[in-house]
Amino acid sequence: MTTGTHQRRKERIDRGIKVRTEGIYALMSWRELVYLIMPRFVIIVGLLVAPLMIPDMYWQRVISIVCIYALLALSFDFLAHQVGLVSLGGAFFVGVGGYLSAVLNSVFGFAALLSIAVATLIGGIVCTLLLLPCLPLRGVYFAIVTLMYPLFMARAIEALDILGGTDGIMGIDSLPSAWMEQYFIIGMLLLFLFGMRRLVNTDLGLVLRAVKDNDQAVRASGMNITSYKALAVFIASAIGCFAGASLVHIYMWAGISTFALDFSVLPIAATVIGGSGTLVGPVIGCLILVPVSELLRDFGTLRIVFYSLILLAFVVFRSEGLMVYGQRKYHQIERWKKI
Amino acid sequence: MKEGPILQIQEITKTFGGIIALNRVSFEVGEGEILGIIGPNGSGKTTTVNCITGFVKPSSGRILFRGKNITGKPPHKIADMGLTRTFQIMRPYFSLPAYKNLVIPLFSPRARRTGGWRGGGRRGDRNTVGIDILEEIGFERDSYVPFKVTSTLPTGYLKRLELARCLALKPELIICDEVFSGLSMSEIASMVPLIERLQMSGITLIMIEHRLRELFKVADRVLVLNFGEKLVEGSAAEVMADPRVREAYFGSEKVEEVMRHA
Amino acid sequence: MDIIIYGTINSVALALYALGFALVYGISRLPNFAHGALYVLSGFVAWSALNILGINYLLSILLAIAVTAIVGSVIYQFFLIRIRGMEISEIIATYAIALAILEGLRWGGFKGMTYTLPPFIEGSAAIGGISVDYQRLLTVGVGAALVAFLWLFTHKTRIGLALRGMAQDERAALMLGIDSDVMAVVAMGLGSSLAALSAMLLLPLGNIVVESGYNVLILAIAVCIVGGLGSWAGAVLAAFIIGFAQILTAVYLGSHYQMVVALLAIILTLIFKPSGIFGQQKELEERV
Repeated sequence: MTTGTHQRRKERIDRGIKVRTEGIYALMSWRELVYLIMPRFVIIVGLLVAPLMIPDMYWQRVISIVCIYALLALSFDFLAHQVGLVSLGGAFFVGVGGYLSAVLNSVFGFAALLSIAVATLIGGIVCTLLLLPCLPLRGVYFAIVTLMYPLFMARAIEALDILGGTDGIMGIDSLPSAWMEQYFIIGMLLLFLFGMRRLVNTDLGLVLRAVKDNDQAVRASGMNITSYKALAVFIASAIGCFAGASLVHIYMWAGISTFALDFSVLPIAATVIGGSGTLVGPVIGCLILVPVSELLRDFGTLRIVFYSLILLAFVVFRSEGLMVYGQRKYHQIERWKKI
Repeated sequence: MKEGPILQIQEITKTFGGIIALNRVSFEVGEGEILGIIGPNGSGKTTTVNCITGFVKPSSGRILFRGKNITGKPPHKIADMGLTRTFQIMRPYFSLPAYKNLVIPLFSPRARRTGGWRGGGRRGDRNTVGIDILEEIGFERDSYVPFKVTSTLPTGYLKRLELARCLALKPELIICDEVFSGLSMSEIASMVPLIERLQMSGITLIMIEHRLRELFKVADRVLVLNFGEKLVEGSAAEVMADPRVREAYFGSEKVEEVMRHA
Repeated sequence: MDIIIYGTINSVALALYALGFALVYGISRLPNFAHGALYVLSGFVAWSALNILGINYLLSILLAIAVTAIVGSVIYQFFLIRIRGMEISEIIATYAIALAILEGLRWGGFKGMTYTLPPFIEGSAAIGGISVDYQRLLTVGVGAALVAFLWLFTHKTRIGLALRGMAQDERAALMLGIDSDVMAVVAMGLGSSLAALSAMLLLPLGNIVVESGYNVLILAIAVCIVGGLGSWAGAVLAAFIIGFAQILTAVYLGSHYQMVVALLAIILTLIFKPSGIFGQQKELEERV
């Protein structure tokens, strides 16, 4: 840029240590091992230590909420970028899981953990069945239908006055202890996160990505793409339902607000900011966005405007996201080169 | 080749809106033979393939594969029965390394049930089996070509990859939609023995082609389509001799030239 | 008799909601989730012009339509054009725009019952013994005129033909010298002004509330899916089907169930005829 007319290009070269850590040889030196393990270590230990570092009850609660949103973001990212189905209604999964768990707990007297587990499974099945009609079709139909469901559910509960109507279902058991609650959710987030990363790299994950990029060839290979999509939707919606069920037990209350827009928008924004398709990125995005959103709590719906604008800016102008950016910086040296 | 037909097409018709793409086309394919289908552009060749493989539902008519009616079945069920196809516009998974393309068909129910290519679908590692198939189909052994990202491969390899994707399923019949087109003479020269080898291994082939000279080398029988209707069916020589074919397809001088080479 | 009259009026309203969405989707394949937001936005622009700036009603209507059309075009020109054709990004971006507009309006204090636009004409006429106010009759009239106008526009004018060409085959249109980016901006502007026009006609019948942004979007999408995404004739027909179905459910089952009609219509369409009523040739495209 200094002298005007001559042109430059950016050159990116893998760091030596990155190349050395590919393959078995990484085991031969501490430096390389640390280089490999560090990023995972930071996330895992960071999440586990965070509640201990923050003595404030309010912010400990925020950590749990971060994890809930991170699960939703994970489920959105998996569906959108591994399978090609954009879900605009994360709130639908939260609501279904939340209400199911609430009913199981308060009406049928299931213990909190059991009702979360059952709500996760049944919720996953219910959501998959409800979304089944749009799975053989192009992605835009899925987006439309997922956008509509949470709005309809909220209004149906309100208008028909079922499931506690506008008051919601109260008196739901919390998890046995505050620490358990905290670490249960953090642990499940880590489990789902690393499980998902594993899944994406298996042959099944490869097939799912192929369904997204090249469905005709998958069909020509004798595989029913609808059933693979249904499987993916089941996984994602079960994660969402799990998040919803946990949320209900944290707040000890299930109401129409489980279908609220926040649950649909914030995970999408977190995914886009964190890095689409990276699975870890969405979690990082939530770690940034949720606390900010707590700070903005007083501004009411302005928060949604805030996420939406960030979301728009990232989708349009910076679609790679923080995670991809960070990975590049971590693995590669960049320098300008004259042409 | 004397066994009963593996595929029977009975009077299939396909209309798109008001346009008749196929009009009561019938033919049969014998076990183990290579049937060539030729015809000018827009004569309904690819529509025929799409109808047979289930990507398009025929408006009327029946398609029998090994005596079973497969008309209007979804493509994945038809592929699952062992009737596979390549795409004229190649559809590999561009972002993956070449050998990973084969992991996907090897993961399919058919490959897992039948063992896929030489039983490899059942054996543990699909990646290794994928590389084996690629070597078999003409990717250089011990080179890095199978590991290259698919989008960087030249057309010749992509065409082979399409065939490899079919082979991974352990198919009984492969429909090749223009595997020769877009290839250089030397690439075609190496493709012809490959096709012959597939036939020797017991696979029936239907070849849709524009490259007549090469097609006539390998095809046992040739079918000519024109404006969605079957014009002639017979050996290469019979087809070439037919005046209707000359008129509809080639123009008279060109026939002489093609005949000389064939 | 009242079912026929109210059904017709309801259907025309639905058709008005849907036309803008169908137009934009048909031409540039953009699922414009901001459609409902633009609808509400135009209502508030008109209200502000009328009550805060104190402009004449007709002028403030024109102003609202113009502002909305400009907002739509600007959004397209500066944001959406960069992610053209990337379906996932398009869906997310238009949804984000919708939320930013709607929740921004809500935050800005536009909620409650206080925001209404006056009807153009007071009074009502009796048709077959039922009194129908002039505003509703006007809506039906303008709706019919609009459909006729759109038909003429797309079949007779240069821009209209260019838009139709693009809708049918973008690459071919490009080769014929149609600048598809410009046309997409025009389409978005046109779609936005249709949203505004329908808002001007329909908002005087009730209050301007932010929620109607979501309702309008859902109804517009329902109509478009039932009619076949991108098909205008289908949209009009579907508007009548859903419109009458809504009125019938409201009469025989109670108005609580009215909202289920749109969702049910979408789901049934997706199961039995995914390409919609007017989508015979497109069956292949819709199924992946």
